Amino acid sequence: MGTIVDDIRPDHRVIFDWVEPGARVLDLGCGDGNLIDLLSREKDARVQGIEFDEKAICECVKKGLSVCQGDIETGLAEYPDHCFDYVILNQSLQEIRKAAFLLREVLRVGNRVIVGFPNFAHIGARVSLFFGGRAPITPSLPHRWYDTPNVRFLSIGDFRKFCMEMGFAVEKAAFLNGRKTVTFWPNLRALSAIFLLSLPADRGTRR
Amino acid sequence: MKVELKTETAEPEGPPRALGIVETKEFSFAGPLTLESGETLGPVTLAYETYGTLNDEKSNAILVLHALSGDAHAAGFHEGEKDPGWWDAMIGPGKPFDTDRYFVICSNVVGGCKGSTGPSSMNPKTGKPYGTDFPFITIGDMVQAQRHMIDFLEIERLLCVAGGSMGGMQALQWVASYPERVRSAIPIASALKHSPQQIAFNEVIRQSIMADPAWRGGDYYGTGQPEKGLSVARMIGHITFMSEQSMEEKFSRRLKNDRLGFDFGADFEVEGYLRYRGANFVKRFDANSYLYITKAMDYFDLSGGRLIAGTGADTRFLVLSFQSDWLYPSHQSQEIVRLLKRKQVNATYCELKSTWGHDAFLVELEGQTTLIRHFLERTYLGKENGNGNHR
Repeated sequence: MGTIVDDIRPDHRVIFDWVEPGARVLDLGCGDGNLIDLLSREKDARVQGIEFDEKAICECVKKGLSVCQGDIETGLAEYPDHCFDYVILNQSLQEIRKAAFLLREVLRVGNRVIVGFPNFAHIGARVSLFFGGRAPITPSLPHRWYDTPNVRFLSIGDFRKFCMEMGFAVEKAAFLNGRKTVTFWPNLRALSAIFLLSLPADRGTRR
Repeated sequence: MKVELKTETAEPEGPPRALGIVETKEFSFAGPLTLESGETLGPVTLAYETYGTLNDEKSNAILVLHALSGDAHAAGFHEGEKDPGWWDAMIGPGKPFDTDRYFVICSNVVGGCKGSTGPSSMNPKTGKPYGTDFPFITIGDMVQAQRHMIDFLEIERLLCVAGGSMGGMQALQWVASYPERVRSAIPIASALKHSPQQIAFNEVIRQSIMADPAWRGGDYYGTGQPEKGLSVARMIGHITFMSEQSMEEKFSRRLKNDRLGFDFGADFEVEGYLRYRGANFVKRFDANSYLYITKAMDYFDLSGGRLIAGTGADTRFLVLSFQSDWLYPSHQSQEIVRLLKRKQVNATYCELKSTWGHDAFLVELEGQTTLIRHFLERTYLGKENGNGNHR
């Protein structure tokens, strides 16, 4: 694609590749708006963001993006059904209490959801817990127990089981360890995971 | 490959320069305006000021709209006066409404008393001031009159309409009435409709004016303003403009004379402040205008499908509210944003941290300054992002 997409974050790279040109995208917890800015400029996506932090919103406005301040745990009721092709929930699922409720909401307003989260069962975390007897700190879980924004601690295995129980179809999954993609034993070897989910019942009604 | 967007910078060069001396102009037209009440009003005069230069394409015009007791003097200085216009912090060379780049217009409202046709103006039918013969006006009527002025200035499409409080209502009304003539809107500390609490405050304000015997059913132009009633009305207003915290910081329980007077004089600084504000206000504002304009605000309601009729509207919005504003609380701005989202209109919303209460929009606030500056620049350069408009 050229220079702009070469040096982007590995997780953004995966998401960027999954989104089709011209798609309608909502990014929950969009931060400085780097991902939706890229999707907008390089994929002609129609993008919107929700973000809590005032400074991050300023950064989005500087990029010309439309971003609304809001708490993503309560912020989707006003969106009509299926008004987005993709809803992105990248690196924020683990910070959400009502994760199941939010994912159902997200799959109501979007045809597909892209969920990215840190893997709590990475070998580094297991070693730290088993041999060190300490709450794990890894590159994808960098916080200490008392300053972490995370309230949910899940593994790739947990998430797969959760999707099965909830009836979410896993269309794609990518597992990352830094810049590298992990294929074998992701639940042990990947620091983070990105899933593309949909509701099987929705496939016929998609616009 | 698309062009990189990061080359322009929005930061002003050096410290902001001053606008200098400005003058209020008048625009008159015969009309008559057909008002929402069904009555007509004509001829109509609107007071306005302009700052900066209209470009050849007439694509850089911004209409700024004032709050309840404001006027057309938004920025710069009037000859011989020491205080600048009410939004001088925001309008001028290098400021967010950058007059080096944009042509900024500030319009007064019909029903007012600051150079525009209102209850204190001469009724052509009687040769005397209208008083309560003045027809009831709405925010929609104010905007209709302003549209005549924008037509006169030969501006087909405004780059932006912006304002705080009642100015925000006018901005929203512009989008509702003339969506094709507004590229973007910035309603600040405003609402889609007046709440019962807001109507209640306005009703107490009106009753305090009308309870003054000097009001004389609105026919006081030969005998003098209902000063007591109007000043109490303004005191009520000032309480609602501040937050509990800003009052604590400004006055606490400090005494004016270091001891309690044991009489009904102004013991506390806050009492002295309100009395001073009330007494000052009667010198500069017409009581009947206060009645008519508060009524127009109470009638304001763009809920339902009235703000955005269909879908596919391409006006961009920047909606701002302030944390300590309890007169126009953030949830009212969020209601605007929810409606825009339902209509799939491009909207940015931010609640800014401030302890200033409703007054915050008049104060120079970093968040407000930065957001407005960048929002306007992106809209002006056509570099709004995320509309799928790169195709």
